[in-house]
Amino acid sequence: MSGTREAVQRYTIAVLSHLLLVLAWHFFVVLGDVPKIVMPSPWETAKALLVPNYRWIENIAVTAGEIFGGYILAVGSGVVLAMLFSWSRLLEMWLMPLLVSLNMIPKVALGPLIIVWFSYGIGPNILIAFSICFFPIVLTTARGLREVEPDLLDLVRSLHGSRWQIFLKIQLPGALPYIFSGMKVAAVLAVAGAIVGEFLGSDRGLGYLMLQVQVTLDTPAMFMAVILITLIGVVLYGLVLGLERLVLVRDARLG
Amino acid sequence: MSAFIHLAGVRKLYRRGREEFLAVSDVTFDVGEGELVSLVGPSGCGKTTVLKILAGLHPADAGTVRIGSPEHPFDPARDVGMVFQQPLLLKWRRIIDNVLLPAEILGLPMREARERARELLALVGLGGFEAKYPYELSGGMQQRAAIARALVHDPKLILMDEPFGALDALTREKMNLELLRIWRESRKTIVFVTHGIGEAVFLGTRVVVLTAGPARMADNFTVSLPHPRSLDIKTHEDFGAYTRRIYRLLGME
Repeated sequence: MSGTREAVQRYTIAVLSHLLLVLAWHFFVVLGDVPKIVMPSPWETAKALLVPNYRWIENIAVTAGEIFGGYILAVGSGVVLAMLFSWSRLLEMWLMPLLVSLNMIPKVALGPLIIVWFSYGIGPNILIAFSICFFPIVLTTARGLREVEPDLLDLVRSLHGSRWQIFLKIQLPGALPYIFSGMKVAAVLAVAGAIVGEFLGSDRGLGYLMLQVQVTLDTPAMFMAVILITLIGVVLYGLVLGLERLVLVRDARLG
Repeated sequence: MSAFIHLAGVRKLYRRGREEFLAVSDVTFDVGEGELVSLVGPSGCGKTTVLKILAGLHPADAGTVRIGSPEHPFDPARDVGMVFQQPLLLKWRRIIDNVLLPAEILGLPMREARERARELLALVGLGGFEAKYPYELSGGMQQRAAIARALVHDPKLILMDEPFGALDALTREKMNLELLRIWRESRKTIVFVTHGIGEAVFLGTRVVVLTAGPARMADNFTVSLPHPRSLDIKTHEDFGAYTRRIYRLLGME
């Protein structure tokens, strides 16, 4: 099938472009004679993984846990809140403007407060990740649930269909493309949220490790930490894409 | 024998804030069981409003609306099938599952409904397309699926709101012929809203003409052209007489 061949070709090119970037990085450092403390080569960066003190596995687990925890919490509660909005116009009228205002708060600025309230650790970092990716989920889901053809509602109402049937058979599946586009935006934000939390106050995680090695000017380890954080984000994003592919018919996907 | 649908002096006002506007007035006509009645008129004449009143979606403000007769009892929840200008298929469902939507909502036994959906898809000329998704079908084919969906719960009354209005002229003519065939084979009562004067005469056993500003009923006559009809009939002099009669009513002659 030409579709499969096209997909294979696309993935091959994607992998190649990443490899080319690493290669360019390598030659930039080697040919430019860039000091390791400013920018280590890919090889030196990889060697940072061998330092047992950095406890990579544990730190990866902590950061990934914060990201996924905050993310899943945000998706779950965001979708539920948007559903409540679609059921109660009054609730939406009261809460939605509030949410829009609250969304304008730079969530990073809440970090120090959250740490004052909940001390530092994994819990507060999950909370920061949650707070930063909650809004896009609510907003996109609410929007998706609103997008129903009035004639389609008439069709169901002419059959005396219930509110719940309309929701389950028409609104929710119709909103899925919107929910997924919100989930993609939120995936990027969740990573940023967890790292900000670790920067502000933490005793574990890749963000915390970055602050530690900054003191000793171990630039390769900082590079490695950034790469690993990015990889966690890529995995999360990939999972969302995979789920979308599984759930949505091709034509129903947004963008 | 009493009529299947009886409308007398039906009037409907819509209120938007303090403003009121008259959507329909003086609508009086009867539809016999198994008739195909065309409702024709310009935009804003209230054709869609009449359809929504028949569907039980809006109550009339004044007048009598009675559907069903002792010989043909009518259940408002189960006996209405609707087709709109847009096919409005759910794009995440396969064609057969789209057709099954009314059966699901009514909680009908699904195995039999699925069997019936298959037969209906064959009837509308979509045999073999059961497992396709809407985006894989052309506009005309999607509208055929929408017609099958309107028939799946075996309603006594089909309400069609400019169902072929969004199709190109050729597809539209073809769908007109198809609709006459489906109507003959399914023996349903159909109320067909259109702003196409030729279409109204070609399809209808009766034509009800509505005018806009003010919205009211202007005419109601039987079309005595023989059935089954083919496109040849459009050159028939009676066909011309009927269309001229409507044009005159709408002040276009």
